[in-house]
Amino acid sequence: MTKRDLIEEVAQQYPRFSRREAEVMVNAVFDSMTEALAKGERIEIRGFGSFMVKQRTAREGRNPRTGAIVSVAAKRVPLFKVGKELRLRVDGQTLPDGFLDDDDETEVAEEHGE
Amino acid sequence: MTKADIVENIYEKVGFSKKEATDVVESIFELLKGHLQQGEKVKISGFGNFIINAKRPRKGRNPQTGEEIIISGRRVLSFKPSPVLKKSINPGELS
Repeated sequence: MTKRDLIEEVAQQYPRFSRREAEVMVNAVFDSMTEALAKGERIEIRGFGSFMVKQRTAREGRNPRTGAIVSVAAKRVPLFKVGKELRLRVDGQTLPDGFLDDDDETEVAEEHGE
Repeated sequence: MTKADIVENIYEKVGFSKKEATDVVESIFELLKGHLQQGEKVKISGFGNFIINAKRPRKGRNPQTGEEIIISGRRVLSFKPSPVLKKSINPGELS
């Protein structure tokens, strides 16, 4: 699924909005999330997961092909932690009756950049 | 930032009613969850990709008791940020 498909599905679900309006709204959602992360803010979407920004210190890395030492500058990286509800659904588990996502038992999906 | 803040931003930006903005934001995350639940990869250009990985069963250890256990195979979700997103959170950086 791509962003285009998502826009299409939103437009179909809300016939009172034009495709263009659906596009504006979908873009606005991801733009406002990007802006929050750029400010270093944490985003928490109940049932889905949370996004945060983590500082990585400068380090010495190696070019894996040549073995040459290169310095990797300090940077901030975005991380996503999947929420409990989505984690269970992705794994094909059924949610218990009266399930309430408190997002306290999440696993970190770290991405260390290049 | 929570879903309510996202709704607020959309509402200010696009000028639909707050009820409409709330419904649409809710639907967007429900649609994403539905596709991910089906094991589908979700690609949001300019933001990032949500990918489902299958993990094989592996041996683990209960750190408290030292007892060896088998960690079952499972499907997990990971997020790969787009270069555009990485750049947005590292302003003023070359390349």
